[in-house]
Amino acid sequence: MRNALLVAGREIGSYGRSLLGWAIGAAALLVEGLWFSANGLTGSRMSADVLREFFNGASGVTMIVAVLMSIPLLAGERERGTLVLLNTAPIRDIEIIVGKYLAAFAMITLITLVSVYMPLLIFVNGKVSLGHVAVGYTGILLLGSAALAIGMFTSAVSRSQVMAAILGGLLLAVMVTLWLVAKVTEPPVNGVLSGMALHHQRQFPFMTGVLKLENVVYYVAVTYFFLLAATKTLEARRWR
Amino acid sequence: MTKAFAVIEIVDLYKYYGERRAVGPLSFSIEAGEIVGLLGLNGAGKTTTLRILACDLLPSSGSVRVNGLDVVESPHEVRSLIGYLPDTPPLYGEMTVRAYLHFAARLRGLSKASADKRVPEVLEATSLAEVQDQLIASLSHGYKQRVGIAQAIVHGPKLLVLDEPISGLDPVQIVEMRELLRSLKGEHTILLSSHILSEISETCDRLLVIRDGQIAASGTEAELSAKLLKNQRIEVTVRGDEEKAKEAAGAVPGVVSVEAIDAAESGEGVFALRIESEGDAREAVCRALVTAEIGLLEVRRGERELESVFLELAGAETTGEGAGASPKKKRTGKRSAKKARASAGEGDAGAKDAAAEKEDGSGT
Repeated sequence: MRNALLVAGREIGSYGRSLLGWAIGAAALLVEGLWFSANGLTGSRMSADVLREFFNGASGVTMIVAVLMSIPLLAGERERGTLVLLNTAPIRDIEIIVGKYLAAFAMITLITLVSVYMPLLIFVNGKVSLGHVAVGYTGILLLGSAALAIGMFTSAVSRSQVMAAILGGLLLAVMVTLWLVAKVTEPPVNGVLSGMALHHQRQFPFMTGVLKLENVVYYVAVTYFFLLAATKTLEARRWR
Repeated sequence: MTKAFAVIEIVDLYKYYGERRAVGPLSFSIEAGEIVGLLGLNGAGKTTTLRILACDLLPSSGSVRVNGLDVVESPHEVRSLIGYLPDTPPLYGEMTVRAYLHFAARLRGLSKASADKRVPEVLEATSLAEVQDQLIASLSHGYKQRVGIAQAIVHGPKLLVLDEPISGLDPVQIVEMRELLRSLKGEHTILLSSHILSEISETCDRLLVIRDGQIAASGTEAELSAKLLKNQRIEVTVRGDEEKAKEAAGAVPGVVSVEAIDAAESGEGVFALRIESEGDAREAVCRALVTAEIGLLEVRRGERELESVFLELAGAETTGEGAGASPKKKRTGKRSAKKARASAGEGDAGAKDAAAEKEDGSGT
């Protein structure tokens, strides 16, 4: 764990010092703000609907941010030739993966939480429960965690950042659109596909303030699976 | 007399990239406190060997032991014993030199307190103290190379594995780097690679010449000179018919090659020959030339530089097959040396091949 925190600390410092971290954060907040303004603050709506709409936009932005954050973590290091420093140090692959995941997740959490002023604006002319806000953010962070793990896996298998971005985008798109595929398939396949979809069925309850354990378990499982896959990939490549 | 402890022991090492053999069969050992240079042209297998030693690459077969530990069975333990500088230093440009070295030290297992104590010592030893607060991205190539070495020694490893540490440095930086490497001797056992003999011959106690993934020759520079420069070379300046002179000299027993070179003096019909022979053939050559009615103006012993012998030995078209092999020069010798030089040369086709291999993830 000490090594993982060491790697995480360096990554967080790197995000802070590089333009990429700030640029992604600023772009994410801008898009979320525009979305909230266009879809949440127009017309006459229930406060809960406004909040749901905010979370809907924020969840999409968070997925993209997570993939963008994950691209340089391994593919970028491989491209720059710095991965060899970690590969030849007495540090386990799981510690490298966990350290990098923790750093990127901390950044995603920071970017997500900075947007909290938008839900709070609802209190000016309306009323929502703080529980709804908390559950909505929990959903976004769980989704961000899963998307980050998917991105880290594609970053681990790719030689270049461009390849990692393409693969990450494709895999994420497939995972998100599984519910559409489910629509045109027969039971029980449609149920499985719909249940595996990253956003639709799993994220909607969070947006409406409903916390279901099965959805939490789903996101944790996706995160675990792809982090494990990234670890095994790194392990195989480290010795190739 | 007891034998010194072998820090590196490689026995019958092979490394294949698909069907292609990059290294093997390779066997050598390095004793504690030695500075050994691994010399070879681009693509000879130097980087592959060093990457295997640094536990960055899995060997296909054979045994590689560092301090008695097998790199395949105990990679974690071996990694903590080694300081590794790859051909491109693994530097985070956005970090300051001090922060980077602190991170590298902690990564190699030093506690925070130990790292706090060790980093200033390493900054001092590598003459980086004056740039310790600068971002690595803003440093010159020479300083970046120093930072690369500093990260390799920051945890006080028993063994330093340095891949082309002098490559790309200017003459002043090369001298400084040599001094730095010499200052590390004793405290560390050092294995470093290069494709240019003169760059490391002054620094190393012993040289291993690698060709096609195998050791082609080994020893100190003096030993290599004695072994490899077995053929004697004489240069004669003569007047007369060039073809007749070549024929006469070439017919002398023991002469292995005769070639025309630029004569030091000018004059009608004056030319010079470089004659290489097994043993001293001066008297016999002179007699043969005079008998052939060639005017003998000057005879002198020719100098052979070890660098040219290394290039022939490490190149593709020589007959030397081992430490004891005599590099018999054929008529194509000059061309082969040129070709080898071109391959060893800076920014050459050989380098491109090696770069392509690296692109392929199989850098040798």
